[in-house]
Amino acid sequence: MSPVTAKRLNVLGLLITLATVLIAVLWAFPLYWGVISSLKPENETVRPYIELWPETLTFSHYTFALTQTQIGAWYINSLATALGVTVLTVGSSLFCGYAISQLQFPFRRALWWLILASFMVPTQTLIINHFELIASMKLLNSWAGIILPQLIHPVVIIIFKQFFDSVPKEFREAAAMDNASEWRILTRVYIPMNWGVITALSIVTFIWAWNAFLWPFLAVTKTEMMTITVGITQVSDAFGVYYARQLSAAVLAGLPVALAYLVFQRHVTQAITLSAGIKG
Amino acid sequence: MALLLISPFVAIYGLIFIYPTIKMFMISFTDAPLIGAGDWVGTENYERLGRDRRFNTSLWNTFYFVVLTVVPGTLVALAIALGVSRLNGRLQALVLALFFLPYILPVSVVYRLWDWTLNFQFGIAMHLFDLIGMDRVPVFKVTGWFMPAVAFVTIWWTAGFSILLFLAGLRSIPAEIYEAASLDNSGRLSTFRNITWPLIWPVTALVLTIQLILQMKIFDQVYLFSTGGRANDNLVLVYYVFQRAFQNNQGGRAAAVAVVLFMIVIIISVLNFQLTRLSGNRSK
Repeated sequence: MSPVTAKRLNVLGLLITLATVLIAVLWAFPLYWGVISSLKPENETVRPYIELWPETLTFSHYTFALTQTQIGAWYINSLATALGVTVLTVGSSLFCGYAISQLQFPFRRALWWLILASFMVPTQTLIINHFELIASMKLLNSWAGIILPQLIHPVVIIIFKQFFDSVPKEFREAAAMDNASEWRILTRVYIPMNWGVITALSIVTFIWAWNAFLWPFLAVTKTEMMTITVGITQVSDAFGVYYARQLSAAVLAGLPVALAYLVFQRHVTQAITLSAGIKG
Repeated sequence: MALLLISPFVAIYGLIFIYPTIKMFMISFTDAPLIGAGDWVGTENYERLGRDRRFNTSLWNTFYFVVLTVVPGTLVALAIALGVSRLNGRLQALVLALFFLPYILPVSVVYRLWDWTLNFQFGIAMHLFDLIGMDRVPVFKVTGWFMPAVAFVTIWWTAGFSILLFLAGLRSIPAEIYEAASLDNSGRLSTFRNITWPLIWPVTALVLTIQLILQMKIFDQVYLFSTGGRANDNLVLVYYVFQRAFQNNQGGRAAAVAVVLFMIVIIISVLNFQLTRLSGNRSK
């Protein structure tokens, strides 16, 4: 390569790098704009020109949302149902994935095939029958009713089985020599060895459940039982046509998952690449 | 012991997966309301779909939405991933976080952000319309603009996921191959065409499949952005299932629509599985 072409390529490379950074900033701009608008007084949000920083910085919309609306109850509903979905999904998938990976029992292969097949099924098509089922159990407008139909996450059990499959057999044999029970082998060997992936899957399951919209939207009609993702869009009279107020509620709804991502970035990206079938 | 370990999972699965799936097929042959039993009507619910305007709209819109999001979204994500993969260290982590953050947010937040950004009167994006001398458009209230606008927001929302997969794929390409290419004096474009593109193709195919299946099931954004707009023009399949079942109280007819969507997604998944198996065998 002649020095001239090398130089030209470097200039081009630098331009691509600059463009990437610029696009990233533009990409995230609506997030910034939403937060900034929520910190302006209403009359400043509707000005006909662009102000990238509020002339008057105010937190009044946040105090309004937190004190004058049911957002506190929605937060608790979201937290409780997301935790419920996480514990039940991860727990039941962990046990079942371990059994399928390590133990022998009748219809083991059939169960595995069923789980793989369910991976293809669009759960959105089941809403009618989920509604009928939850209604017949008298669980509409309850945490249990919001949680139950959200427990179909075949990807979690598939990942657990893969990880348990890859634990070397020697660990199992050594534990069996010590006469350890199956429960002990699971809790003392397999779970500690796979702690990383368990944490990662728990965090993303929580994020999925917190973000769920369609089912919580159908399962709840009483405003005080809504999750925050449903509440901020369905109870418009709580916020009226006040843009900054609506945005402050949206920021409050997105904050927990955004923080969870920023704190557990590595875990989140690991679990998400795994869920697509790529071993990260 | 094994049975004890699988029982919670099997119980949950039977109750909220197997049972509702069978039930969905069964009630699609009845005139059941949303809750309660109905009379057997044979294939009438299915025959009606052919003459059903709202069904046709929702089928067409779903395919239109797939066309607007799947390939464009994948290409955008690939381009961004190529740019991000050139960066190093902290800068790369920061830039990746900026692209990925939208994906982690609930749809309601995405809706509020873009409803504000694209607000007809006060939205900051409308300054772009003014800038290029175009008339402002209330994008979510005008039928021709609705699907493209929702597709745009969806690509913005979900690209982070595809970018992540592409980055994992790009990282697994050995650096030696690129070094060899640069020794050959191969240009940027030809390196991409001869090395990166063929080696990244399996990830591209994976991203395309995931996106295709995901976007077939679109509901949330379309529903939210339709509030106060022309819902009947914006119908997509899941939205139509919801409308028939929950607004018209026709569980049987809604189930027929659900079965159609169910079958489309299963057929795509099976076809895709066979295709990947075929191409996997060929490359061996």
